[in-house]
Amino acid sequence: MAHAHHTSMGLDSRKMAFWAFIGSECLLFASLISTYLLYKGRSQVGPYPHEILNIPFTSFSTFDLLMSSLAMVLALAAVQRGDMRQGKLWLFVTALLGLIFLGGQVWEFNHFYHQGLGLTTNLFGSTFYVLTGTHGAHVTVGVIWLLTLWVQALRGKLGPAQAMTVEITGLYWHFVDVVWIIIFTVVYLIQ
Amino acid sequence: MKSWLTTTDHKRIGLLYFWTAFVFFLIGGLEALIIRAQLARPEGLGVSAETYNQLFTMHGTTMVFLALMPLSAAFFNYIIPLQIGARDVAFPRLNAFSYWVFLLGGLFMNASFIAGPLFGAGRLSVAPDAGWFGYANLTSKQFSPGPNIDFWLLGLQVLGIASLAAGFNFIVTILNMRAPGMRMLRLPAFSWMTLVTQFLVITAFPVITVALVLLMFDRFFGTHFFIPAGGGDPILWQHLFWLFGHPEVYILILPAMGIVSEVLPTFSRKPLFGYTVVVYSGVLIGFMGWGVWSHHMFSVGLGPIADSVFAGTTMLIAVPTGVKIFNWIGTLWGGQIRFTTAMLFAIGFIAMFIIGGLSGVSHASPPADLQQTDTYYVVAHIHYVLFGGTMLGLFAGMYYWWPKMTGRQLSESLGKWHFWLTLIGMNLAFFPMHFSGLLGMPRRIYTYAPELGVGGLNLISTAGAFLIGLAMLVFLWNIVRTRRSGAAAGNDPWGGATLEWAMSSPPPVYNFTVIPHVASRVPLWQTEHHAPMTPLPATPPAPIHVPGGSWWPLFTAFGLPTMAIGAISHQLWLVLVGVAVVIVGIYRWAYEPFEM
Amino acid sequence: MSEQAHATTGTYLRVAAILVMITLIEVGVFYVPAFQSALVPILLVLSAVKFALVVMFYMHLKFDNRFFTFLFGGPLLLAFAVVVSLLFIFYGAVRLRTGV
Repeated sequence: MAHAHHTSMGLDSRKMAFWAFIGSECLLFASLISTYLLYKGRSQVGPYPHEILNIPFTSFSTFDLLMSSLAMVLALAAVQRGDMRQGKLWLFVTALLGLIFLGGQVWEFNHFYHQGLGLTTNLFGSTFYVLTGTHGAHVTVGVIWLLTLWVQALRGKLGPAQAMTVEITGLYWHFVDVVWIIIFTVVYLIQ
Repeated sequence: MKSWLTTTDHKRIGLLYFWTAFVFFLIGGLEALIIRAQLARPEGLGVSAETYNQLFTMHGTTMVFLALMPLSAAFFNYIIPLQIGARDVAFPRLNAFSYWVFLLGGLFMNASFIAGPLFGAGRLSVAPDAGWFGYANLTSKQFSPGPNIDFWLLGLQVLGIASLAAGFNFIVTILNMRAPGMRMLRLPAFSWMTLVTQFLVITAFPVITVALVLLMFDRFFGTHFFIPAGGGDPILWQHLFWLFGHPEVYILILPAMGIVSEVLPTFSRKPLFGYTVVVYSGVLIGFMGWGVWSHHMFSVGLGPIADSVFAGTTMLIAVPTGVKIFNWIGTLWGGQIRFTTAMLFAIGFIAMFIIGGLSGVSHASPPADLQQTDTYYVVAHIHYVLFGGTMLGLFAGMYYWWPKMTGRQLSESLGKWHFWLTLIGMNLAFFPMHFSGLLGMPRRIYTYAPELGVGGLNLISTAGAFLIGLAMLVFLWNIVRTRRSGAAAGNDPWGGATLEWAMSSPPPVYNFTVIPHVASRVPLWQTEHHAPMTPLPATPPAPIHVPGGSWWPLFTAFGLPTMAIGAISHQLWLVLVGVAVVIVGIYRWAYEPFEM
Repeated sequence: MSEQAHATTGTYLRVAAILVMITLIEVGVFYVPAFQSALVPILLVLSAVKFALVVMFYMHLKFDNRFFTFLFGGPLLLAFAVVVSLLFIFYGAVRLRTGV
């Protein structure tokens, strides 16, 4: 990966590209959240949100994802200072917490489905599954990304020289967490 | 041949974009000619209603996504790194990826013209047929049961990825890869307009992506996002589409405005008048373009408050546009004008865009628009701004930068024929549409009754369209003749001021023997404070590393149409194969040693 | 490269603790009937604080070049404006049409 090239803003090009990408993703999720909000309360049949959303369970998922962000910054800090033992550990923990989140989502979707909320059952089902499903797909990509870095680290091919790669991974992961913060509030808590 | 498939050189990618887009432009033009042949007389019956719907849908979709945008991209690719003093874009492989995805997406969508038998359609063509804006719920499975709309929504999603990738690439390139001394307010106007355009791309395309995904879910999985029977609201589609659609038209016009802002100064031998104001106006147009989308929905029943707000914002956006026009006129004023073909097209742009802008301002008034909307008056507006505007601007760019990109100059005498035939043709074609529209001729009708009284006007429009076709033949002849025996071009055949004129035509693969230090907005010209830049050395002082090619952009790109074909044929395994191709491609790409 | 003022592990842990606390408060507000009337603004403010903390500290935006804040903040503001405009157009229009 290219380094030591003069850049007119003195900033890493990959980091700049990635922040632009995150900006772009804001519009993606804004469109999905808008659709959810505009169709809120307009389902012609149930199940309705208050009948089916499980706040304690989802609070745990939220807590899980928040802790995964903590693990991620610890991973980055470790890689930056060259402590690859800690780096490997925290990368793995981040991915694991992400997997736990995904497991929770799968369980939740399954549970809702058996309670009668399918993708096409009503507008709540459609908007809910598409919004949280898109988020879940993003988490999945993130977990794969993290595990790839973890494997690279196991092979001894990840070190402080690749800190920017880990930083960008972190930016992606935190963004996914931040989107969930919004979804948790807008979908689950504000019914 | 292999080197073209693996190229990561922005100049080659620019040429690939140009030729591919030009072919799509001709296809879109052919679709227009068939439409005009059909409408030449009342109750003309050349093509069926169904075919006609496909023609105007594909004409619009092709021109917007496969012609105008990629033609602009051809210039972004070729010219931007040269103008900013860089050796290539920030992410050369991503750049190649964008091109291949564009090509494959365009092929996928156009394959619909011959895919009918594969879907048991009983006709050859199942091309998209619900307009380039695909209004719900005409696009639902109930009212569009065939694969036509699936081709549209899958094709556009693929194309969107190409545009987004290029957006990120050019934002970073323009911001982070400028030569020393090239501060933002020394950036050429074309580079500035490109930067604003890319910000519009990365913010607007996600919105249409969501709209298309929701439509896809309705059609493939039975949701009711846009289906009233299930509680959905077709108006949501319009909002999402136009939230994208309006920034999209600024995406279409800003690059051409940038080109005009380069051509006028060169052929007036004067710097751009009010450069800073022109730049800020461009930025303002970008921002304000987000505030006007519902002016496409004045007849939908948004209510008086929404209508008034959008009327106001729409009228306001005419201001920065008008400011630019005055600055262009100011550039011409007192200049030593040379009426080259490029200059003629640039001046033509200003005149035609003013006309298009005037009809646009009339649209800004909801009561007036209530009569105009869905009539040929809007078709007149669209074509004055997109053909008279963008296309004339792009032609200006072609004549201006052809020597740089090919090493040969297009014939000026054939160019003048091309220009005048085009200008006369387009005015004959589109001016009468203001009248036929106000007389009540609706859009998107495959024929009309003689009692409407617009037969004569339509005949004139058709004549104009065919005249444009003739002008294109002249242009093609110019291209062919120039390839064979065109005059060789030196570094700077026009006496341009910006860095792309500082090296040979075409440039060496590394662009600059030495990256120059930039001291003014017009580095190659003498100014009050600065002498012209010292010429670059003939050979580089030390060997310059040029990155090799890579197969992975092309390989990864193939994953996307594979997914699209899998989806449209309802074969999940093929979709998964496409996903696998993308994943493998990304991994190989990421781990490939590639030094810039 | 971005070592100006840098957050320490301690800072990260403190931020994590605050994020957890806020989440607990959010859930608490959800369940306590007394807060029902002000539920929406309270929750929006609390989640905005969480959002800002993660972005500023975990994503390091507070310490990085201000350009990144612009690069993210611009589209973020736009996204927010889009959601609010759409809500107003849809619900405002309904209120007007029904005269409520």
